[in-house]
Amino acid sequence: AEGAVAGAVFQVWVFVVLFLIMLPAMFGLSLGVTGVYIQVLVKILEWATVRIQRGRMEQPSVPVPLPNGIIERAGGSMEEEIGELRNSFALSDAFYFYKKGLESIVDDQVTQRFSSEELASWNLLTRTNQNFRYISLRLTIIWVLGVFVRYCILFPLRITLAIIGLSWLVIGTTLVGFLPENSVKTWLSELVHLTCYRICARGLSATIRYYNKENKPQKGGICVANHTTPIDVVILANDGCYAMVGQIHGGLMGVIQRSMVRSCPHVWFERSEMKDRHAVTSRLRAHVAAKTKLPILIFPEGTCINNTSVMMFKKGSFEIGGTIYPVAIKYDPRFGDAFWNSGKYNMVSYLLRMMTSWAIVVNVWYLPPMTLQDGEDAAHFASRVKSAIAHQGGLLDLDWDGGLKRGKVKDSFKEEQQKMYSSIIVGQNGINKDANRF
Amino acid sequence: MGSSSSRLDRVPGAKDLMEETGFSETNILCLYDRFEVLDREERGYLRLEDFEAIQQLAVNPIGDRIIGAFVFPGRETLDFPSFVRVLAHFRPTDTTWSRSGSQPEPANSRTRKLRFAFSLYDQDGDGKISRAELTEMLQAMLGMQVTDEQLQSIVGRAIQEADLDRDGAISFDEFKKMAASGQTGLKSVSSIMYRTKQQQQQQQYICGEGGTEQVHLKHSCQTLMFIFC
Repeated sequence: AEGAVAGAVFQVWVFVVLFLIMLPAMFGLSLGVTGVYIQVLVKILEWATVRIQRGRMEQPSVPVPLPNGIIERAGGSMEEEIGELRNSFALSDAFYFYKKGLESIVDDQVTQRFSSEELASWNLLTRTNQNFRYISLRLTIIWVLGVFVRYCILFPLRITLAIIGLSWLVIGTTLVGFLPENSVKTWLSELVHLTCYRICARGLSATIRYYNKENKPQKGGICVANHTTPIDVVILANDGCYAMVGQIHGGLMGVIQRSMVRSCPHVWFERSEMKDRHAVTSRLRAHVAAKTKLPILIFPEGTCINNTSVMMFKKGSFEIGGTIYPVAIKYDPRFGDAFWNSGKYNMVSYLLRMMTSWAIVVNVWYLPPMTLQDGEDAAHFASRVKSAIAHQGGLLDLDWDGGLKRGKVKDSFKEEQQKMYSSIIVGQNGINKDANRF
Repeated sequence: MGSSSSRLDRVPGAKDLMEETGFSETNILCLYDRFEVLDREERGYLRLEDFEAIQQLAVNPIGDRIIGAFVFPGRETLDFPSFVRVLAHFRPTDTTWSRSGSQPEPANSRTRKLRFAFSLYDQDGDGKISRAELTEMLQAMLGMQVTDEQLQSIVGRAIQEADLDRDGAISFDEFKKMAASGQTGLKSVSSIMYRTKQQQQQQQYICGEGGTEQVHLKHSCQTLMFIFC
């Protein structure tokens, strides 16, 4: 009798996975289950927010989260603080720089981008660190229910899907790789890639909305996006096929990479090759020049940022030539924190956290293509693309280099400040004209 | 109750620090989080390299002097209580403390704030800003943007204006007077404000002495203030 029950459960499981998830994924259809799930979730989270606010008023000892950092910057620009052009120096001028310096010790723009965004209200996941579950019994019960749903129902389903998705990727691409180079192979390869990325996306309960699909990256172009997590690749590849660029890894990742490249030309580098910028650029240039190949996907920030801002784009990607197709990706933090803090979590624990969040809700905007203008250098072009992406995604546009671990910041930043200050106290004309005042 | 005190337990000596510096519980927790972020290698103390790694500070023209207020020869490692004590200078001045009272002068009084700013200029700590020290400071703030002659003329003028007793250097009292009078164009919002739970604090000072000099002094101190929440 127990064997029969187990058999029935297993059959239901297979049925659900195969017909309700895999087949629709192959054809790009959606049964709408995730949509309903998200709506229900939003209702619950709204209720929880209201309940917490009430609880906070009743129990003032609960610490208040500070979403915008611990300093309120009421200060203005250098002109506002030191004063307009006045051709003289005052001892108190140093106070402006002193204040800015102390502000950056307490809270600087770069470091805060490498920790997860703090939410103004709780989203029923204790990992967001707010400890609000002590506010009321009902909230605690909902939280416990949430834990059960996430770990015991959603998580096994998602793991199954992820395993199926990845195995299908490896098997499918290897099989397609045996075919001769023709249009059938290309079509099959795209189908295989799309299907398994869609399955993987279901494996994360990802709801993705694409905007401006008419600007989708074309063959022979370069797709450029802001980077938050390795899952960005899955998100983008759900809607189109890209040639991935990256370093060949060992282990499972390496197996996947090697089989992928059998069916369509991705660009994988050995570790030693990555150091040689010239070699990297020329290989990418060759790929782009053959206009028939899939668009390359590059993340010019070079590292994962927490999706509140866009940091400096490395100009290497913009020296390759070809048309740049910028894409802005913005995750909704209420449903799960997508940021991969590589210092804190390794890949496996990160994926486990992702699979036990509520969902991944993400907006993707395709921006109109951009090209290098006459007389523009790569760094300026990179900055222009970055601003466009930041503007579209509602992210803060920063010039700081996210990939700079312990190196030296460019001197030009300091010179800019010195220039501004000198123009205030000395003026554009040089020597202080009132030198004869006394 | 239960959750917040367990968070405070993470911070060693939190209660004493709160009393000594006047920071609230939330402030101490925030500062401790910040300390842990800056302490990348989890040594439990901060060193020069940790401050130098802050990009925004590295591009500040006087960034190395500011770091010097935290980490200097004789104190090369900075533990959390020392970190908090330095930052305590920049809390808003307590409105209830007055010079004639019996309590000792707190870290964030007006005079202490100005003394801190004075030590920015007075690197050798002899109590006077010499011509050379003023030149160095201006050199840092202006870099290559002015010629040597321009620099010397600015320094000369500044010393002339500030040095009232004509000894060729600026003492702390002369500095106080200059800082007061230099803020006439300054908008009064220039202060570093930490988020307040109870909205904006009123900037009322109990001025033992009256007069416009005190008002201007107040403005210049506001430049050096954080209002924590």
